This record gives sequence, structure tokens and C-alpha cells, in this order.
Amino acid sequence: MEIATRALTAVRTHPLQARLWRVLLLLSAAIIAVPVLVIVASLLGPYSSAWQHLIDTVLVDYVTSSLLLMLGVGSGTLVLGVSAAWLTAMCDFPGRRFFSWALLLPMAIPAYIIAYTYTGMLDYAGPVQTLLRNSFGWGFGDYWFPQIRSLGGAICMLSLVLYPYVYLLVRVAFLEQSTAVLEASRNLGKTPWQTLFLVALPMARPAIAAGVSLALMETLADYGTVAYFGVSAFTTGIFRTWYGLGELQTAAQLAAFLLLFVFTLFVLERRSRARLRFHKNSARSHPARIHLRGWRAAASFSVALGILTAGFLLPAAQLGAWAAEHYSDALDRAFLQLIGNSFLLAATASVCCLLLALLLGYGRRLYPGRAETAATRIAGMGYAVPGTVIAVGVLIPFAWIDNSIDGWLREQFGISSGLLLSGTLAALVFAYVVRFLAVSLQSVEAGLARIRPGIDESARSLGHTPLGVLRRIHLPMLRGSLLTALLLVFVDVLKELPTTLILRPFNFNTLAVRAHELASDERLAEAALPALAIVLIGLLPVILMNRSMPREQT
Amino acid sequence: MLCSRRGRPSAISLLALLLLPLLAACSSPESVNVYSARQEALIKPLLDRFTAETGIAVNLVTGDGDALLARLRNEGLNSPADLLLTSDAGNLYRAQQADLLQPVSSPALEAAVPVNLRSEEGYWYGLSLRARVLVYAPDRVDEAELSDYAALADPSWRQRICVRSSGNIYNQSMVAGMLASQGAEATQAWLQGFVANFARQPQGGDRDQIKAVASGQCDIALVNSYYLGGMLNSGDAEERAAAEQVRLFWPNQAGRGVHVNISGAGITRSASHSDEARQLIEFMLREDSQQWYAEANNEYPVRPGIAPSALLQSWGEFKADPLNVSELGRLNAQAVMAMDQSNWK
Repeated sequence: MEIATRALTAVRTHPLQARLWRVLLLLSAAIIAVPVLVIVASLLGPYSSAWQHLIDTVLVDYVTSSLLLMLGVGSGTLVLGVSAAWLTAMCDFPGRRFFSWALLLPMAIPAYIIAYTYTGMLDYAGPVQTLLRNSFGWGFGDYWFPQIRSLGGAICMLSLVLYPYVYLLVRVAFLEQSTAVLEASRNLGKTPWQTLFLVALPMARPAIAAGVSLALMETLADYGTVAYFGVSAFTTGIFRTWYGLGELQTAAQLAAFLLLFVFTLFVLERRSRARLRFHKNSARSHPARIHLRGWRAAASFSVALGILTAGFLLPAAQLGAWAAEHYSDALDRAFLQLIGNSFLLAATASVCCLLLALLLGYGRRLYPGRAETAATRIAGMGYAVPGTVIAVGVLIPFAWIDNSIDGWLREQFGISSGLLLSGTLAALVFAYVVRFLAVSLQSVEAGLARIRPGIDESARSLGHTPLGVLRRIHLPMLRGSLLTALLLVFVDVLKELPTTLILRPFNFNTLAVRAHELASDERLAEAALPALAIVLIGLLPVILMNRSMPREQT
Repeated sequence: MLCSRRGRPSAISLLALLLLPLLAACSSPESVNVYSARQEALIKPLLDRFTAETGIAVNLVTGDGDALLARLRNEGLNSPADLLLTSDAGNLYRAQQADLLQPVSSPALEAAVPVNLRSEEGYWYGLSLRARVLVYAPDRVDEAELSDYAALADPSWRQRICVRSSGNIYNQSMVAGMLASQGAEATQAWLQGFVANFARQPQGGDRDQIKAVASGQCDIALVNSYYLGGMLNSGDAEERAAAEQVRLFWPNQAGRGVHVNISGAGITRSASHSDEARQLIEFMLREDSQQWYAEANNEYPVRPGIAPSALLQSWGEFKADPLNVSELGRLNAQAVMAMDQSNWK
């Protein structure tokens, strides 16, 4: 009922702009969904005999490993992200201001790089175990030590670099949560812990769900870490089928099933909270922080420091130590070019993603119809697909368009246009949008969900256009969410590898490509410098965002 | 503001900037465009030398062999690529099967590359040799215990062997080579015994296997020889120390010879600079280039009669399996299935 009235108000007051918005939403969502649909369309094609082989031998293993991986990373990112968010948003303890931005840093480390650093430290042949053996005179098999290259290890690595998604979104949710409700809870005699579990967490559920689903999608798309750790996850299966068996079609079908699985999971999650509302009433207000003293302050400090150490300080120190040995041969003009390229791509893609996320997110607020919702959801699925597979999904339609134009021109005018779009940075940026739109969309939608629809209605009945409402009311209120969206995509593109690798133009490299080339040849020490540069550039927006986050009361 | 008019010119100039590299790659009159699965550091200096000598510019994209192949296939006859460089024979074979390469023959090419290291019809040519060897810990393994790959299935090696995942192309090629020479049944039986002898779940890369032998986790490992070379030449003291603790052994010397794969190149069917591309292959097969190309990665030259580096000479001479490497490509899928069945992770 409420929905119907709102759509009606929009159409009545500004029919042209409102209709245009709707057309734009459907059109752009449809274009972005093409690569995902190309992959899903493989399900229609023939099923080769490789399927029987997979079912008979390895498929069960792939599925079980990936489910366990999801379960582990889901819980890991939830616990780490929510505790970090609660401590820095709602409590006060020594170092809180520092931790509030420092806890984002692990995000800038690509998952496979953190895997390499921890392996370097904790492997049997690494310094820690060697020290243990030398100190106690042990040999192989004399003692127990956790196996780093294992499913458990992969869960730890992925949780450490992916929890910032949960942290960022949930922290913004906590900061933007209504003062009144939290204070009411405290005034009614609930302890801070009870307030957390009974009030703040349930209210932050859209943000938590958004953060954890991002972490899970990235987990399912990860290939570097699981391949290095020898975990037979579903992505391992996709690539083994493609590269090893030479069955791209079957690999695409596997990826399509992965997509359907993720899609179903998210639909179920959304449906389960469809009837709940998470709005707040006011734009700016923050409850007084809980001042922690004594052992509580010390404990909070240790928890925050522990997360930071494991997720950033240790791996960065290892990278720094490696880079220190090799910086002289790698640091040249070409390296500056790499930095420039990475920065340009990350900046362009993050802005494109943000604009599209606003278009789709706000459009769906104007028109929460089935078609709009479905289009938006499908457009955001690219994040759950391994980068190389989505890149093929981009290659196919682009090359088809290019070749069709070329064929038509040859036929009509006898001239050849060659490939217009394939192999350009524009195609690459498009692929990034396909892959990372989900990230900015989750962030923008979680932010929009906290703004009461009544605000839109009042502003509209006062004669504002939909665009005017967005600009004058939503954007200022969404500031934190928008910055989050920008930052997340920026850092994601910075460390993105597989899509860049296959779609980039001639003579164009990025830091991630350089790091990967060296690491894939197992020259980890030399890969450390570009990896460290990724981390450092990733710091810039983190610091920037820290300065312009919603003002916090102290 | 997000939607102001001022934003437009900059959006257009950004678009122009984004399309610029493509134009640059196409407009150069004397150029050759390369899709390379061999990484930049191992090839760029040689390409630069080619440009300096001939004035032909080389444009390069590197990436995974299979992904580049997918790109080439979809771009079709309009693909800008003239030359496909891969780091294994399997992808050249696949490219040939998918009709993405064109045959080329020249006396220079045929003289430089032994017949088993190129396609019979001249679709592609090997550029360097990569051998899959054994490394062992001399304090725990007597060299006399080692012989051929087949012996690694013997129960006396239980819990003593390290090798990386079967997802890796080097292992797949090795098993494909066995399928070619011994047939499916013998290979499957060998796999059962071999996998049962693993000291740990397959994990890590080839360097990790060498480190595992050095630190005592296992006694022998199967690796490509150039990883050992890379570690011995490494700037990292720990890597060097680990590599110095192990010895290299050439397996199969009494039999067919050690398993070898190639890195190689083929001219694409879409090539608009096929003449320049042929010049580039010929250049890479020249004696001085062969020396550099092989030494850059501690590999062996395909061209006979070129002395390898001092380090490689210290490993002694070896007999290589004379199997035509295109067989490795043909049997790759069958090899993967066999490894799946034997539960080699």
C-alpha cells in the first residue's frame, strides 16, 4: 500500500523524470547483467561427458570444501567485523580513534598475498617452526603445529582480509543508528552487552547481511588462496575443468551453478527480513559512547590491536622485510607508471560503480517493483564469480559487437573497423563495474534503508523532483555510505587481478599484475614491493575517508 | 555535484584516455602484437633487443595461457594478436585445434628446432625446454635408490614424496607423457602407488616442495629444474640455503629420458603482421637469443649445440624424452581425469 502510494506520488508529481529514471535503471541493469547472463546461458548448452567424470570423482569434494569455507569465513568475518565495529563506534577506550581507521587496513592486502606472507612465516620450513625445532631439538613429526596450508588456514586468511567489509558497513550502521532507541534501552536498565545483542545488532542487520554477503561472495570467487593452499574449493574445480580438461563450457556451467546457489541464498536472506524496517528518524545524532576503564579498556585495546596485528601489521612487516631486500632492482620509472595505471583504473571504476549504485539503489526506492528488483539483483551477481570467468563473460559480448560492426561495415562500405571496444580500458572498466557493482550497491542500499521513506514523501509533496530529493536530502544523509562504497571499490580494483590480466590493452600493466607475475613464479620476495605499493595506495582513501566520515561525538 | 554540466568535458576526455592505448597499439606501422603466457620479465628484454635491431615495435599483453586463448578465440579474425607465446605445449596444441594458428615454415625455423619440439605442419615452434626432475635430500636418500618415475610408486617411498597439486600443468603434462608411452592402465596403476607415497597433501608451488625436502618434511620431490636454479640464484639467503641442501637427479635416464615440456610460439590466423611475427620467432631462435632466453629462467635452449649456463652444466647432461610434445596437449584432459580418479588433490 505504502509502496503503491509512493510510486504514484512520483509519477503524478514528475512524470517525465520519474519515467526516465525507471528506463535508465532497467537499461543499465540489463547491460551490466549481460556477462552474468552469458555465463548462466551456458546452462542451456550441451552437457559434456566431463560432467559424469566430475560427479563420479571430485564434485562432492569441491562442494563440501566450499561450504565449509563459507561457513568459516562467514563466522570469522562476522565476529571480527562486528566486534571491531562495536568497539570503535560505541565504546571509548585508549587508541579508539586510531583503531577506527587502522582496522580497515587489512582490506588493502590481496588475499593470496596474505596467504604467501603467513606461509612464509608459519610453514614447516619457515622461521617460526625452524626456531622451535632448533630450540628444542625436534625433528619432523616430533611436535604438533597448525598446518597453515589447509582449509582452516584458508578460512583464517580470508577472514582476516575480508572482515573490513563487515566492519565498515556495520560501523556506519552503528554510527547512524537512532540515539533514542539505544538510550531507551540503556535507560530501561539493559547492560551494554544486552543493548548490543537485543537492540543494536538486530537494527544493524541489513548492514551485517550486506557485509557478510560481500565477504562470502569474494570467498567463493577466490582462486589464488585456495589454489596455493591446495584446498579443493569450487573455484579450483572451475579452473581445473577449464584449464586441465580444456572444457570452458563445463567450467562456465559450474560457475553458473555457483551463481544460482549464491542468488538463492541472498534471496532467502532478504525474504527473511522483508517485513522488517530499519529506518532511523534523524540525520545526525550519536549516543554517548560507553566509557571503558580499567581491565575493560585494556581488553578492548588488546582485541583491537590483536585484529590489527594479525590482519595487517604482521603481513605488512613480512612484505616490508622482503621488499627491503629487493627495492633497488624494482623501483624505477616503469614502477611509477604501474602506480599511475592502478590509481587511474581504481579511481575511474569506483566512481562509475558509485554512480550506478545510486541510480539503481535510489531507482529501486522509487520503484520497488519486481522487474526493478530482479534487474538490480542480477546486475550485482558479478561479485560471486571468479574474475577470469566474468572476464570471459565480458569478452564474448564485446567481441561479438565489435565483429558484427566490422562485418556490417565491410559488407556495406568495404572498410574494416577492427575491434573497437575489445582490448580497451573502457572494456576493462566495464568489467570492473560488472564485478564490483555489488560492493557499492550493498553499501548504498544499506544506507538508503536507514532513511525513512516518509522523508521522501514529505519532500515530494513539497514539490521536489526525485532527483532533487536525492541531491538535497539523501546524499547528505548518505555521506558515510557513499564514501564507504567508493573506498571499497577503489581498493578492490586496486588488488583485482584476473579480470585485469585477461582484458587489459597491450603494454598496460598494474601493480597487481606485476605482483602476480612475480608471485606466480614463486619469487615472493620480489613480489613484495608491488604488493606493498598496493597496500600503501589503498591507505590513501582510508585516510581520506577517516577525515570525512560522519562527525562523531567524543 | 554529480550531475553538473561541468562534468561532461572531463568525462569525454576520460573516455578518450581510456581508448588511447588501443589506438597506439594499432597505429604503429612496423609492429608485432604478442599475447604471452610467459611473464614479462622473462621476455621483455629480448623483445626490446628485437626492436632495437629491426625497428619493429613489439606490443605485449601477458596472462594465463588458457585465458589468452579464450580472448583470442572470441576476438576472432579481427584479433590484433599476431603471435601467441605460451609456457607449455598444451596451449599451443589447443590453439592449433581451435584453428587459431597458421602454419609457417622457413629453413631457419626448421633447422633451429628439433622435430619433436614443434608441430609437424609448422603451426608452432618450441623456444625453451623445461624438464621435470627429482630433487632429494642427500643425507636421507642414496642416489642409487633413484631411477625412473615408475619407481616412485614403490612402497619403499611411503610418506617420503612431496609434489604440488595435480591442478598444475607440469604434473598434468608429466602424466600425459606417461599415458603416451605406457598407456592408460599402467599409468593408472602407477598413480595409485605414487599418490599413496605422498608425505603430505599436495600444496604450494615447486619451490615449496624443494624447501620441504630441505627441511626434512619429505625425502624427494618432483619439480621443474629451473625452480631449483631460481632458488640457487635467489637474492634471498634462506632460499639459497634450502636449495643448497638438496641434489638434482635426472630420472628415466636408462629408459625414455626425463619428461620435458616447452615454452613456445605460434603465429595467429588473424595476424596482420605475420611477416614481422615470423621474424620475431626466428630472432628468438637465433643462437644468442636462445642463450639469453634459456638463461633468464634457468631453462634449456631448444636449439641444439648451445652451451647452457655454468649452473646448468653442473647438473650434467641428460637424455630427454623424444616424445612429440603435442602429445602432451592431446592427452592432457585424459591425464587430469586419471589424476582425479587416483585422488591426487
